[in-house]
This record gives sequence, C-alpha cells and structure tokens, in this order.
Amino acid sequence: MSNASAREFNTVPAGNPGVESPLAWSYRQQKVSSPASAGVVLREKALLGHMVLRGGAIVLDEAVRQVLGMSLPAKPNTITRDEAGERSIQWISPDEWLVIVPGGEEFDLEHRLRESLGDAHFSIVNVSGGQTVLMLAGDHAREVLMKTVSFDVHPSAFPVGKGVTTIFAKATVVLRRASETEWELVIRRSFADYCYRWLLDAASEYGVDSQ
Amino acid sequence: MFYIHCPYCQEYREEEEFHPRGQGHLMRPADPDNATDEEWGDYLFFRDNPRGIHHELWVHSVGCRKFFNITRNTVTYEILETYPMGEQPTITAESEKLRKEQGVQTADGGWQTIGAQPDSRALNEEISS
Ligand SMILES: [Zn+2]
Repeated sequence: MSNASAREFNTVPAGNPGVESPLAWSYRQQKVSSPASAGVVLREKALLGHMVLRGGAIVLDEAVRQVLGMSLPAKPNTITRDEAGERSIQWISPDEWLVIVPGGEEFDLEHRLRESLGDAHFSIVNVSGGQTVLMLAGDHAREVLMKTVSFDVHPSAFPVGKGVTTIFAKATVVLRRASETEWELVIRRSFADYCYRWLLDAASEYGVDSQ
Repeated sequence: MFYIHCPYCQEYREEEEFHPRGQGHLMRPADPDNATDEEWGDYLFFRDNPRGIHHELWVHSVGCRKFFNITRNTVTYEILETYPMGEQPTITAESEKLRKEQGVQTADGGWQTIGAQPDSRALNEEISS
C-alpha cells in the first residue's frame, strides 16, 4: 500500500458555511442550568479535529514527533497531551491511535503526516464529523459515571492520563480522565443525543449545568 | 459477570465488552486448491464440543477490537488463561488431567489422589519414588 498517491479531501467546505455540532439539536431541545448548586457540569468541546492513525508504533511515533512534537503513547490505555492540553494522542489498540486537535488543524495535520510517513504502511482517517467530545465535571461527576459505565472509575484504577474504550449505558464511548476534576467522553455522532439525555437523567439528582 | 483479561489492553475488563467467536486455533487447509471435501467440511462446519478444557476465539469488541484466545472450562465456566493470537495455550486438557491425577502432596510425603483412578496411582508411585 502506497500512501503517496492517496487523495486528500478537506471535509471543511470553502466559504464560511454554518456548522452545527452533533449535539446542537439536543441543546436546542433541552438545556439545563442550575449554576449555584450544580453537582455535575456538562460542556461540549464541539467541532474538534479527530483523526484515527493506524500502523506500526515505531513509524508513527517518528512521524508524530516530527509533525506534532509529541510522542505516541506506547502503553495501553494511556494518553499524551501537549503542554497547552489542546492536542492529544490516545492509545486505542496495539496499532491504532486517536488524535484530537483544535478544530481546523486536522486537514493540514493530515497532509503533513502523510508527507512525513511517505511510503510507510499506515492509514489516516479524518473522523471529525463522526464524533464529538463531551466534558463532564463537578463534585458528582464520578457518581454519574459509576451509574453509567462498568469500568472502575475510582482514582486508583483510573488515574489522570488514562483513557479506555468501554460500554457507556449500552452505547460505546471513549472515556478519558483529562484532569483531577474533568472527564472527557468521545461519543459517536449518532449516539450523541442519547448519551446527552442519559447524562441529564443520571445527573438530575445532583443538579446539572449543561449551559 | 466475568472479568476477562484482554492480552492487548493488558487489563481486566467486564464480560459485556467481549464476544465469543467459537473454537480457536482453526487452521485453513494449507493447500486450498487440493484440499478434499472432507478437509473443507472439517474446517468450515465441524467443531469440538468438549466437556472440560476448551480453547476459544474471543474478540474485545468494545475496546481494542482485537481477537485473542481463551482457555476455558466448559463445565465450571472457569477462564484459565487468555493469550494473544499466534500463541499456544499453556493449559490443555492433557495438562489438566495430569495435574488432577497427580493430586496434592500430603504432609507425610505421600500422594493423595483426587478421583483415585487405578492408573493414576501407578503414575503417582512413579513420580514420588
Ligand atoms: Zn482489549
């Protein structure tokens, strides 16, 4: 497989068309705000650049070091982030990584990665339109997750910097611990509304702020 | 619910994340053009259904999405080991039988046999001498 001739397609159209995140409809339907007492805070990190990198760890590591200035996480279920915390690379499987960058950077990044990788055996897929990131924080965020995922979310089993693909209320999410207080859920576009409404329901007893 | 160790994620995950895919270590006929109907039939349709140790193919479908092998006891449902594709099991029906027959060593240095089969007694005497 040669990627030198691979066609690149910028999924962001020219001009300045209106864009809507996968959760735009859900927000219009149901936005909850109880700022003072909210035990759970939900925020969408909308319209980021998501990319799936597949290939051998050594070749990909060299390329992302050169292009992004970050190393590829070699240890299963871990994430590396840049200093600003805006760009991240997550281990998904032994030959697959999820790269999330600020929206708009993904096309240029894909181009530079392809250039750097040359004829190596790899695949890069821009999945920005297929998923979105939901940030979950607040004093009761962990309780909400305990009701929702079978994975152990206790700090001893789920330290900051860990990320797993797991079952979330019968749907699939990538669950990431971004910091001591913040969790990130990478959810599929088609499940976004379902996950959002599940979270509103599960968090209602603690008070939710999804402004 | 089972807690299954994924050899690729290198940690235990809930059973809900996995799917069984039947008998493991199935070998496609090496020379498909010259394989007999019987060889093809065995490969495609016939599967072992043992009482006891069974080697199975499972997939971590919600997770790393990799296939791997499980050695499982079909009587007790006990999962004895999980190992990546391309590796061979360390526990087999033969090794389990041997372990049971040898039984546990008692304090006086003799052997106590579980099941007390006549042929295993001979085996024990051979080992303890
Ligand atoms: Zn796995």
